Amino acid sequence: MSTLLDVRDVSKRFTMGGLFGRKTIDAVMDANFSLSAENPEIFTIIGESGSGKTTLARMILGLEDPTSGEILFRGEKVDRHAGRAARLKFMSHVQPVFQNPFEAFNPLKQIERYLESTARRFLDTGDKAVIDRAMDEALQKVGLSLKEVRGRFPHEMSGGQLQRCAIARALIPNPPLLIADEPVSMVDASLRMSIVNLLKSLRDDLKVSVIYITHDLATAYYISNRLIIMQRGRIVEMGDARTVLDNPEHPYSRLLKASVLSTDDAGAGKLMTDAGMLDLATDSVGQAGRLVDRADGRSVRVYEGV
Amino acid sequence: MFSIFRDLVRYNVEFAIGLVLVGIMVVFAGLSFFSPIDPSLIYMTIPDQPPSAQFWFGTNSRGQDMFWQLSAAFKNSLQFGITVAVLSRIISITVGLAAGYIGGWVDRVLMFVNDIFVAVPIFPILVLFYFVLRNHMDSFTMALILACFGWPFDARLIRSVALGLKHREFTRHAVFAGMSTRKVLLEEHLPYVMPIVFATFMNNMLWSIGMEVTLAVLGFTNINNPTIGTVLYWANSHSAMVVGVWWWLVIPVILIVITFLGLFLLAMSMNEYIDPRSRLRRMGA
Amino acid sequence: MTRENEVILEVENLKAYYQMNYFGVSREVRAVDDITVTMRKNEVYGIAGESSSGKTSFIKVLAAAIRPPLRVVQGTVKYNFSNGPIDVAHATPEQIETVRWKHLSYIMQGSMSVLNPVRRIGKTFQDFAQRPLGLKGEAFEERVVNHLARLKLPPDVLRAYPHELSGGMRQRVTIGLATVCHPEFIIADEPTTALDVVVQKEVLQLIRDIQTEMGASVVFVTHDMSVHANVADRVGIIYAGRLVEEGPTRDMFFAPKHPYTAHLVASLPRIGDTQQRPALEGRPPNLADPPQGCRFHPRCPLAVDKCRKEVPPMEVVGPDHRTACWRWKDVEPLVNTTAPAGVMA
Repeated sequence: MSTLLDVRDVSKRFTMGGLFGRKTIDAVMDANFSLSAENPEIFTIIGESGSGKTTLARMILGLEDPTSGEILFRGEKVDRHAGRAARLKFMSHVQPVFQNPFEAFNPLKQIERYLESTARRFLDTGDKAVIDRAMDEALQKVGLSLKEVRGRFPHEMSGGQLQRCAIARALIPNPPLLIADEPVSMVDASLRMSIVNLLKSLRDDLKVSVIYITHDLATAYYISNRLIIMQRGRIVEMGDARTVLDNPEHPYSRLLKASVLSTDDAGAGKLMTDAGMLDLATDSVGQAGRLVDRADGRSVRVYEGV
Repeated sequence: MFSIFRDLVRYNVEFAIGLVLVGIMVVFAGLSFFSPIDPSLIYMTIPDQPPSAQFWFGTNSRGQDMFWQLSAAFKNSLQFGITVAVLSRIISITVGLAAGYIGGWVDRVLMFVNDIFVAVPIFPILVLFYFVLRNHMDSFTMALILACFGWPFDARLIRSVALGLKHREFTRHAVFAGMSTRKVLLEEHLPYVMPIVFATFMNNMLWSIGMEVTLAVLGFTNINNPTIGTVLYWANSHSAMVVGVWWWLVIPVILIVITFLGLFLLAMSMNEYIDPRSRLRRMGA
Repeated sequence: MTRENEVILEVENLKAYYQMNYFGVSREVRAVDDITVTMRKNEVYGIAGESSSGKTSFIKVLAAAIRPPLRVVQGTVKYNFSNGPIDVAHATPEQIETVRWKHLSYIMQGSMSVLNPVRRIGKTFQDFAQRPLGLKGEAFEERVVNHLARLKLPPDVLRAYPHELSGGMRQRVTIGLATVCHPEFIIADEPTTALDVVVQKEVLQLIRDIQTEMGASVVFVTHDMSVHANVADRVGIIYAGRLVEEGPTRDMFFAPKHPYTAHLVASLPRIGDTQQRPALEGRPPNLADPPQGCRFHPRCPLAVDKCRKEVPPMEVVGPDHRTACWRWKDVEPLVNTTAPAGVMA
């Protein structure tokens, strides 16, 4: 079994401030996981703001260098400073889907411009017919067509449609891996499910692995195979999505689950968060602990003396 | 393109007025190509004649018909101003966009050079160039020198916009769509800095023409080449106001004011039009 | 109970349009198109709608922040405050000034838009609340500190700058700012959207608590239906500038009578269910050129010919429950949810 992506002991430390009062922030600490090349899966990274999930994604995309550790894609190191040819080759295998579809397209430019550029560059062709066919095929995969998109500007489409276009663009080089950073958080509720369902079908029908970054436990449960939960840069729990979310073990995971607003009692006005749970979850911040494997396949961070 | 023009004229009063003013001056300057007399020659006509049906703008103490004299002067000065503005815009766009987007040591080096140009006093340098080059100091050479000094402030402005654009998601999207740096800068970012380019284009013309006037009035240019500056130089050296040849000074000043007012109105209304925000609103976003 | 039925706000046939003219391209965006709604004292009224549904414009009118190009074309927005009724759609700025902050206040989405980054929190409190409260010096300070204590904020925050506080703290400060004068009506515009889930829950609880304590009415605007489920007494759904359904929160979730509401409710996946969630296709209409008839018909699975031609009126379909749909009798909840006892099916 070969690995598609291997994240090995990756840490990222940012240094903030100038000459005085310099302080360091550990955005990601000792992240370890790998994706298999044979079984496409949706691998979810859950965390709140400041958990390091976006930094981790940026490192996987080669937009940021890890301070220590290394990220291997098909056995080759992801390197921000590799030459342009190497970067382009990497980009044709790993493509991002951005958070805000309205921001991901230059509002002054036509949408197809991004698709066309991708096709021209990564399919390495100047043939208009080939490019058009590639664009149309990719758009068909996300339930659109070139006819609907041609000549349109971003403001003429809904957030959901734009996000599909963005996904279609990412699919043009047939990448085995997509990195989707909060792809639905800026999409309207009524259109959100269509994007989530689309990610699911990418995995099932096109065999594309997706790293899905989110703070939303519900959609994570709905589509992911495995997940990791991050708290302040550390992975606190990792394992099969359903196993973990049905019965989270780490206090922070439990707090997250308890904080999800439920609609089961709509109108009853129940909101209380258990204060003890909150304390337990915040107690673990700053402690290193270590990840321990459990019998059901998950790993949980445990702390000495707890 | 034509419809944009028509819409601007029809719906924007500032643009219409600006267009009329600049139009008048351009036509006036353009007439110099059909000038019946060489404007650099002197004593071609009766000196010191007030404006009349024969000499619309009068004649000066050097025996030149002020109408044709000023027509040539404005042609030369406008040409000069536009040359400086275009050249220095090219430098400031290139430096500003590259420094802002690429960042790192490229940014540091470019901004270091930028700051040197900001700090160096330009006037003594121009005078020095005049003394070194003397007769080789034609108006194009001077335009080149001014262009070399006219970009740094605007490059900084453009860089600050580019810095903001660098972190917008569409920039990263463009990179992952395989666009080259040049393409990102020219096609994705340039439209956002165009308003600055337009506004500073106008300022830059004003600055360079003003610079030329200052140098000419002091006699540090080729004073036989008619420009707004040299017209004023000769008027001053013949004490035009003292001897009562007021039209020698007043008419050029009125024409200069018209030119700059027109340019200002045009730049302002164009700016509003090409501003990405107003463009988006017109597009219906 | 009598107090609960007193009306604090009556909005009648409100139409507010954006009228724009750019270089000959003139557009009229009907952001709020004929909305009639009443809100009662001591209730939390949730307003849900997607981006560009007109909910933000509606809120601007309620908050008496009507600035060109937005214009009230028709209708009234009448508040019954303790110092007398006022129609903010047609009041003078001076009249609005008499109710602002003291009777009518807001909690905004980005706390940074209210809190001046270079001023200490205490100074901001003075700017906003000193005049409406009519207190000075120590008396004012005492009032503010007491109020903050209720929000579980230490008095030290008054000496802090906004950037020194966490996002959740800042949002609590803005809630404090909005409630320190004990207003009768609070407009909360997406107050928790930018917050993490753990903090969001605390902040929602806080808004709910302070509302009950003061007996104020709150209009709570968010696109997130799960928030409405937990804070609102009644929910109104806005689609393409119109109110399409309004009812008690439970009915809206368990027995929606408008297909759009049904979709919104169904589009919330929950932890533990894996059944395929239905997705709504199409896009919200352009308010400059809305579809004929019912504005939802191009995306509606139940649409018939009538829906394409005639605008459905608001019909009463249950206690406190109104909907604007020709086929409301055929609307079924899209996901199997077991309704708790006592809910009309």
